[in-house]
Amino acid sequence: MFELWFWLVAAMFALYVLTDGYDLGAGALHLLVARHDTERRTVIATIGPYWDANEVWLIAAGGSLFVAFPRVLAAGLSGFYLAIFIILWCLALRAIAIEFRSHLREPLWRAFWDAAFAVASALLALLFGVALGNVIRGVPLTPDGWFKLTLFTDFRPHDPAGILDWYTLLAGVFALVALAAHGAAFLAWHSGGVVADRARRLQVLLHALLLALWPLATVATMAVNPSLLAALPGRPLAWIAAVLAAAGLIAALWAGPRRRAAMAFLGSAAFLGGMLVSTAACLFPVLLRALPDPARSITAYAGGATAQGLRTALGWWAIGIPIAILWFVILHLLHRGRVEAKAETTGPY
Amino acid sequence: MDPAFWHRVQFAFTATYHYLFPQLTMGLALVIVVMKTLGLRRGGDGWNRAAAFWTRIFGINFALGVVTGIPLEFQFGTNWGGLARYSGNVIGQTLAMEGVFAFFLESSFLALLVYGERRVGRIGHWLAAVALWAGSWLSGYFIVATNAFLQHPVGYAVAPDGSLQLASLGALLTSAWAVTQYAHTMLAAVVTGAFAVAAVGAYYTLRRIHADAARRFLAVALPVGFVAALLVAFPTGDRQAKLVAAHQPAALAAMEGRFETGPYAEITMIGQPNVAQRRIDNPIRVPGMLSFLAYGAFDLTVRGLADFPEDTWPDNIELLYYTFHIMVGLGTLLLSVMALTLLLHVRGRLVTNRPALWVLMLAFPFPYIANAAGWITAELGRQPWVVYGLLRTRDAASPLVHPGSALFSLIGFCGLYLALGLLFVLMVVREILHGPDAAAEGRGHV
Repeated sequence: MFELWFWLVAAMFALYVLTDGYDLGAGALHLLVARHDTERRTVIATIGPYWDANEVWLIAAGGSLFVAFPRVLAAGLSGFYLAIFIILWCLALRAIAIEFRSHLREPLWRAFWDAAFAVASALLALLFGVALGNVIRGVPLTPDGWFKLTLFTDFRPHDPAGILDWYTLLAGVFALVALAAHGAAFLAWHSGGVVADRARRLQVLLHALLLALWPLATVATMAVNPSLLAALPGRPLAWIAAVLAAAGLIAALWAGPRRRAAMAFLGSAAFLGGMLVSTAACLFPVLLRALPDPARSITAYAGGATAQGLRTALGWWAIGIPIAILWFVILHLLHRGRVEAKAETTGPY
Repeated sequence: MDPAFWHRVQFAFTATYHYLFPQLTMGLALVIVVMKTLGLRRGGDGWNRAAAFWTRIFGINFALGVVTGIPLEFQFGTNWGGLARYSGNVIGQTLAMEGVFAFFLESSFLALLVYGERRVGRIGHWLAAVALWAGSWLSGYFIVATNAFLQHPVGYAVAPDGSLQLASLGALLTSAWAVTQYAHTMLAAVVTGAFAVAAVGAYYTLRRIHADAARRFLAVALPVGFVAALLVAFPTGDRQAKLVAAHQPAALAAMEGRFETGPYAEITMIGQPNVAQRRIDNPIRVPGMLSFLAYGAFDLTVRGLADFPEDTWPDNIELLYYTFHIMVGLGTLLLSVMALTLLLHVRGRLVTNRPALWVLMLAFPFPYIANAAGWITAELGRQPWVVYGLLRTRDAASPLVHPGSALFSLIGFCGLYLALGLLFVLMVVREILHGPDAAAEGRGHV
């Protein structure tokens, strides 16, 4: 039951990255792929029907973490206190930017919200990468299972650690590039006209950059958390997922220049999913690694729920998630096809 | 000072502010379904246009609800780590279920409802309205069920490490407290929605613009608002008070400012609680009513606060007393306003009765105040417990988060929410000034 919930929660966070990842990435590239008002409305209209549902995966994944591993949620959110509020404020600003940007025709109003959308999206992608970097590196857990991290110390990934150090920043940049590539792949697939063309070129460029960053990030990860390297030989799932990630990256690089946009997006998704699954397989069963004493780490077996409590949760989860996926499929069928805003339009965005 | 103090202020502020939006969302969702249904059955374009107008307001309001709601979910971990660790396996269930069962449904069909009529036709669009209504009301259920567990814990087991684990999902979701509080809360949200719709209808009527839309707004809002305002008081409010009397007797005593125990307990209509002297100053009372309302007979004993150890008294008796009385007083007033204007409307005299229209136009803030006062009553009445009888609020905060950090994030929220509030008012006033006919001319949000 504990193993199952480890993977259910991991899968939900991965789904969050795959779905909200593309609209965060599209936001990060907003000012690059779209220069004029019409083009910018194209970007926002392309992600418009989806971004809200995508963000629900964060709520659903966080809620599942709350149910299954309350000690991890309590320690994690309180330990990163101020950083969490930066994330919350960015999420708020971004949502308002998407929804209110096109309500007024005033050009400065729109310019302001375009910039807010881009900056908040990029910062969120970066911070989610930093968060994953912190989980991989570890946090200074007390014997009672709490921690408190300052924003930064000396930028070295050792005790006394800060939220930002060279490793977590590298993870953040990696996440920003990966999600931007994912967003570009989505725009190349679902938007139209010059925006789609620019997005396609950026997608190839960013995936190529990712190919260069990947070995660097892998070596850094193994150096910062040697237990991952030690675990690797015994974790076939990690290998399979890594191969999937590599295949996805190659597919994205191959399909992009050939205008096979759907395949490039799926390749990008396979890359992100493969990376996350492979990381989770190496981390298992540790959910929150302790520094400097890994023996204090919180594992899936001591996350704060009992097997009975987890079984009860599985009952509704097994009903609710298929329904959620059904809504997701209907949503995508209803809004299928390319989106391109016109200069004078009565559209929503 | 109580180490949880700033955490409490922040949660109270962000939750009260957040609830300004969902109460209108949930109320309007029902009004929109009624309008879309009338449009489907009676044909023509009038009802659809009225529904489209309120759907635009709904969309703006919904965005603010999402934006201010996400921080609440996170604060269970950031600020209330002790509570999260102690009861996460129980309250996490309902919060996660809200995401899975309600938010996916709402977020998947919102864009369709707000912008998609041409895409799916009339029946499809009506279904989208029903989906939004179902999603928003389901969401309310999971939140109320979470709160009901904190008020009256049921369906749990205690794990070897002392934490709470969910033993019965059925018991958690169908507890008498959850069902009653849900009905009371939803009806109060409908009252807010009805007053908002009526206020715009009254404004257009007074200004002699958009007469057709104004007539439709009033025709739906007045009966819906009257029935909801009636049901808020009886039976749901009455049932809720009886549950408080049965399970939180100290809270009931504090809500009424009652210190002495005895039969024929009187209800205090007006008066100021004087906790130091343990009495109500300048009271106007109705003898025996509290015994009757709480337990069903005038001669039954109602326990006063003196009967309970002082460390189990709610820690802000004055505020609790006032918010409870404001809720009840406003509830009564709002019911009267709806009853009188509905009577005028049925007789066809409302459109010419300018004083009544003025009252209706200016009454819309008061349901918000009544809703907030009701929630403050519920949350203060539960004190000093965060999980009633099981975990004290002062033990529920995150142990390593300094109160200064909580104050800092609170100040951040004050600034952000001021800006969001200004934006909200700007957007909504703009829609109201544009009026319901704008959509028919093909004006979207370009």
